Amino acid sequence: MISVDSLSFGYSDQKVLSIPHLEVEEGQHLLVLGSSGSGKTTLLHILGGLLAPSEGTIQIGNTDLYGLNNQQRDKYRGQNVGLIFQKPHLIAALSVEDNLVLAQYLSGTAQDKGRAIEVLEELGLGHKAKSKVKSLSQGEQQRVTIARALLNRPRIILADEPTASLDDANAKKVIQLLKSQAEKYNASLMIATHDQRVKDEFELQLNLTTT
Amino acid sequence: MNLIKLSWNYLKDKPLNTLLNILLMSLGIAIILVLILLSTQLEESLGKNKRGIDLVVGAKGSPLQLILANVYHIDFPTGNIKLDEAKSLTRNRLVKSTIPLALGDSYQGYRIAGTNHDYVNLYEGEIASGELWSYNLDVVLGSNVAKGLGMQVGDEFFGSHGMSDTNIDHDEKSYHVVGTLSASGSVLDNLILTNIESVWAVHDHEEEHEHEEGEEHDHEKVLGSAYKTGLPEGDADDEITSLLVKYRSPMGAVQMPRMVNSGTNMQAASPAFETQRLFSLLGIGVDLLKSFAYIIIIISGLSIFISLYNALKDRKYDLAIMRSLGASRTKLFVHVILEGIIITILGGILGYILGHGLTEVLAGSYEKSDEVGVTGLVFVNQELYVMLIAIGVGILASLIPAFNAYRTDISKVLADD
Repeated sequence: MISVDSLSFGYSDQKVLSIPHLEVEEGQHLLVLGSSGSGKTTLLHILGGLLAPSEGTIQIGNTDLYGLNNQQRDKYRGQNVGLIFQKPHLIAALSVEDNLVLAQYLSGTAQDKGRAIEVLEELGLGHKAKSKVKSLSQGEQQRVTIARALLNRPRIILADEPTASLDDANAKKVIQLLKSQAEKYNASLMIATHDQRVKDEFELQLNLTTT
Repeated sequence: MNLIKLSWNYLKDKPLNTLLNILLMSLGIAIILVLILLSTQLEESLGKNKRGIDLVVGAKGSPLQLILANVYHIDFPTGNIKLDEAKSLTRNRLVKSTIPLALGDSYQGYRIAGTNHDYVNLYEGEIASGELWSYNLDVVLGSNVAKGLGMQVGDEFFGSHGMSDTNIDHDEKSYHVVGTLSASGSVLDNLILTNIESVWAVHDHEEEHEHEEGEEHDHEKVLGSAYKTGLPEGDADDEITSLLVKYRSPMGAVQMPRMVNSGTNMQAASPAFETQRLFSLLGIGVDLLKSFAYIIIIISGLSIFISLYNALKDRKYDLAIMRSLGASRTKLFVHVILEGIIITILGGILGYILGHGLTEVLAGSYEKSDEVGVTGLVFVNQELYVMLIAIGVGILASLIPAFNAYRTDISKVLADD
């Protein structure tokens, strides 16, 4: 499903992320562990097509991610990759529902309000569809970003420190939610974290150490 | 969802900023539009009224006054010229045709002009009711006069001496309305037209009246001696106010004015030259106000730029998120540019409403505007350029912010949490 070959990325001369080979099967989940500065976020961004590596190839299915031009890659990401960040970055100028519809519009998929509501309801946010983003709690906002990531039925879900700002109970809930949703859509879930609470939930783990 | 809706939502999210930018833009546009509307309509109206008149010959005095009084009927006449002198001028070989004017009386503020039918034909005036005058003391009313006074064919009235309605009435001989003209958008609309002899008759009558007090007056109608064309017979004492001259050839323009000005007691003035002089004087003021309005538009552009530029700092996450959701760089560029364009278009629409509304209010509150034909309810081609300039300013103002949006390094912004 995802295969990474002879990947390397250099922020500067000192810090280099280097992964000779990595393969994740379809429906398999991967936990990327490491202390801050170890390159977790960088790896996630490279996998998400946000940041071009210095060397190496990333294959998602049959697509060579960095063989695409910028515009194709933007579109591919919009349709196949769901991104979740540590902070719930939503567009404050739009309502919850419009935030999801925007994701459909920008990725070039059909704009379907029914689908947006469906995903919101799955995450227990159906009643908040018309609310302004600012009126939601931190936890609710995080769930909206998850809804947005799932909206286009992605093949890969990339989550960067999704639990860092949450307490134990909520952290566990979010992880369970991500896992169950990933299974539902048969997507590969990749979580980058230094949160030890998450560790036991995943079989496949990648430990990044500062070199 | 589309880019316009997205940009609009961002503008709605900062209502005060947006309102300020729209108001600034609309103010600049409104001022320019008022100036454009007023000056083009004034120019058009002045140009329309001087067409077909190469030279105005009248009494000595200010040439500009001569033109304003005899072509546009807005200033007082410079005085009168002898009928005999006028007659000798019409026989000049450089002259193709002439139209005489005898001014000096008015009724309720509307000028009574003694002339012949050539004057009506000059402005392509058309009869709306009744017929053109032919007997002395018969008058034809311009459309604004008929409307303003509520008079129609068959009505009678006494003219008064002078140009304003507070003057002494000639209360012995009354004018008789025989026709009204349809609106032509020219000076005809505001004039009461009659024979030159009618004007003489009213004045002669007063002089005679002193001698023949108490006698019965002969009210039989007298056919004018030159109601269709040319100058009336008259005697050596008779005078007219001016002669509107059309040259036979361009040579006239070279020789006639000098000949009249140095060889006779009369003065010759060219409407084209004098109106141009008038406009070059007015033009300075108009240009000054216009540059002031353009400065407001530039400031509004600057204000749009500053609000977009400042907002962009808070929006870099939004932009990065949009990229991560699949938006291309170009889309974000257009998204930011659109905000500038939406503000200018809204400011433009408001400016157009303000500008036209203000012109209409000005036109309505100033009574002379009817005579000049100024209204806020017309569209002038120049306005299109103003809109294009405004949109240009909007695009220019959002160009740098849009380019910054285009360059957003998503990975860096998102990693900077």
